[in-house]
Amino acid sequence: MRTEVRIAGFGGQGVIMAGIIIGKAASLFDNINAVQTQSYGPEARGGASRTEIVVSDEEIDYPKVTSPDILVAMSHEALIKYMGDLKDEGILIIDPDMIVEEEIVDFVEEHKIKLYRAPATKTATEDVGLRIVANIVMIGAIVKVTEVVSVDAAKQAILDSVPKGTEDKNIQAFEAGYALI
Amino acid sequence: MVEVRFVQGNEACALGAIAANCRFFAGYPITPSTEIAEQMSILLPKYGGSFVQMEDEIASAGAIIGASWSGMKAMTATSGPGISLMQENIGYGFITETPIVIINVQRGSPSTGQPTMSAQADMMQARWGSHGDYEPIALAPSSVQEFFDFTIKAFNLAEKYRVPVTVLADEVVGHMREKLVIPDDIEIVARKRPEKVDGQYLPFDAPECGTTPMPAFGDGFNIHVTGLTHDERGYPDTNDPESHTKLVERLCNKVLMNRKDICSVKKELCDDADIVIVSCGSPYRSVGAAIKKAREEGIKVGSLKIDTPWPFPEEEIREIAKTAEDIIVPEMNLGQMVHEVERVAAGEANVHLIGKIGGILHKPEEILAKIKEIKG
Amino acid sequence: MAKQENPYKKYLREDRLPHIFCPGCGNGIVMNTFFKGLEGTDIDFDNIAMVSGIGCSSRVPGYVKCDSLHTTHGRALSFATGLKVGNPDLDVVVFTGDGDAASIGGNHLIHAARRNINLTVICINNNIYGMTGGQISPTSPKGSFGTTAPYGSRDLPFDLAELVSAAGASYVARWTTTHPIQLSKAIQKGLENEGFSFIEVVSQCPTYFGRKNKMKTPLSMHQYIKENSINKRRAEKMDESELEGKIIVGEFTNKPHKELSANIKELVEENSNKGLAIKSAFEELD
Repeated sequence: MRTEVRIAGFGGQGVIMAGIIIGKAASLFDNINAVQTQSYGPEARGGASRTEIVVSDEEIDYPKVTSPDILVAMSHEALIKYMGDLKDEGILIIDPDMIVEEEIVDFVEEHKIKLYRAPATKTATEDVGLRIVANIVMIGAIVKVTEVVSVDAAKQAILDSVPKGTEDKNIQAFEAGYALI
Repeated sequence: MVEVRFVQGNEACALGAIAANCRFFAGYPITPSTEIAEQMSILLPKYGGSFVQMEDEIASAGAIIGASWSGMKAMTATSGPGISLMQENIGYGFITETPIVIINVQRGSPSTGQPTMSAQADMMQARWGSHGDYEPIALAPSSVQEFFDFTIKAFNLAEKYRVPVTVLADEVVGHMREKLVIPDDIEIVARKRPEKVDGQYLPFDAPECGTTPMPAFGDGFNIHVTGLTHDERGYPDTNDPESHTKLVERLCNKVLMNRKDICSVKKELCDDADIVIVSCGSPYRSVGAAIKKAREEGIKVGSLKIDTPWPFPEEEIREIAKTAEDIIVPEMNLGQMVHEVERVAAGEANVHLIGKIGGILHKPEEILAKIKEIKG
Repeated sequence: MAKQENPYKKYLREDRLPHIFCPGCGNGIVMNTFFKGLEGTDIDFDNIAMVSGIGCSSRVPGYVKCDSLHTTHGRALSFATGLKVGNPDLDVVVFTGDGDAASIGGNHLIHAARRNINLTVICINNNIYGMTGGQISPTSPKGSFGTTAPYGSRDLPFDLAELVSAAGASYVARWTTTHPIQLSKAIQKGLENEGFSFIEVVSQCPTYFGRKNKMKTPLSMHQYIKENSINKRRAEKMDESELEGKIIVGEFTNKPHKELSANIKELVEENSNKGLAIKSAFEELD
């Protein structure tokens, strides 16, 4: 089955890295297929940052995301910009501290969106003590809610991607995110 | 040992170059190809190779030709504006029979166009970009794996035929990340050195359109290499119509007469197909999805993917034109390869273009819509 | 009188003679001084590789019995950069002219100087485009005539020796074809310098520059060049008006410093246990 995931936020939140880790988890450690793409150029300078991942147990032909099954929003601006083509009954994971929820109530209701709240930034700052691992906390939440990749694969992909010496903090962040929902 | 990685197309290209024993890179930063230069600057010093950031793309093309004559496999990577600047030196590469590899990660154009968006608008430029008659070799990858494989193949063909070879990638393939499998038994073509320094060696003589071995500068052959029309010794011979004809025809024929060895296509579901979609590079990814849906609806559609746009795989297209009623050509331009398909199909099949510009890949639905339109 | 053979004939591809240079051209003098300069060094002639662009001066390597790369207009230094970095063991010499090096190739010239790449560049500056028939060049003196300056050039010319010095070259000298001894000494120093060496040779083109500028014979051009040359040391004491129209000759820069191909080799040695790959295209991989 083909699953389309979009993760959006602002520059510096590690959104692109989150996409790479999920893609890596699927293709290298779950042994299914994944394609990761991301925003470039003027679109990627400041403001909203976006990554997309197609995950499938079959060969992936068309590599782009057209209507995501899963949207993860780490900033309000990104959410408003990218929620439009989320599938009806799709999954929306937000970082509630970064989002003005009132503005999406109608959208969620109208499109029967399954909304989950994962306070990744707060958890990263307060529980892990490192704000920059908010993206890894969010991966924990994504894996818990969607099972798009397995827990083991996600952990292996994290270990394969983060700088040496930060492995423990990042695994802690993943687990904290996994426990959020 | 087989190595599996999850990397960007541009990184796969750099890894392919290293695997092919490329040990010299000269380039100039340009979106969306820059990651190739960045990766080469990281990798080359570790593998004993040299990386030089040149002052512009003209210099980059010159430097890789110079490096090739020093005895190195050499590559540059760029995009539209850079490729335009390189054209004169690429022509020099053809007339001097210098093996080099040029990566073009195509972007929206003309001119500065859309640096971060995709296109296939340089297909004809790869064929005709430099002045004069010549027959180029070009490969067009549609996945991260193919970007790796085709870069290696580009080096092998460059060495085998002593020609510049272009890899016509595009922003989609350059920037996406996918699984890359690096096998442990990669076939690499090494350069052939002439046998001995005996004064008999003719660096530009290739009987029966084969390719003459090529020495490195410093090997003792004291050869003269010039962009002027030259004789078998490499000496300028510019006013004799026969010398020029002989040289240029040989340069063209060494590619054309080896089409069978060079050309590569991938045919799927063509045997019973009424409609065949002929694609090249990234749009192939949309074709696969469209065909799946069309077949589910009982429409007999097949696919012919061109790996080597140049030399154009004429025989393979001619064959398809005989069996299919319609050929659809989706390209990220306003119609380039479609003219080649039409020329070769020569009225045997109806040829339809789905030209798309703006920077994004065809959606499978767009191709499906065309299939349905044809089926009426 | 017995015919005396030129002692440097052994360095030439005799099967390519006669050459295409006009009677009275300065290229022959430059070639002679080059061979003399070379013989003053420890460099093995067989280790020389020559690179050139387009123009009369760029035809020199074609007559020399060494590996030679006759490239595109203005780009000799780009090709030479690849050749030298690709195999730093080669002694790479570039023959170029004023149009080739300073007009179409100007950007490559300053960047090659900036990188201080170990090349020896002989720039034969005849102040005109000879190959195409006498158009003005970026070094044509103000007021001089060419087929594209029928009313006299109004542009200021480049001072190549100063330009290349400012860009970072480690050895720069300017002499003329009327200073063969000093010139061959400068070429020798340039060949010995491990860095970017630029030797500008002000030369005569009687066919075009001379004819357009009332110096129709090679001799009159020779005299003009000789009379207007001023040594750098003397010139330093003169003011601008006195120097107008003069050719300042001498050594402009002699400051050896690290060069590109050595830097790259060092980088490789720091990062790899293999050392710099040379002629690796021929290697069969397992």
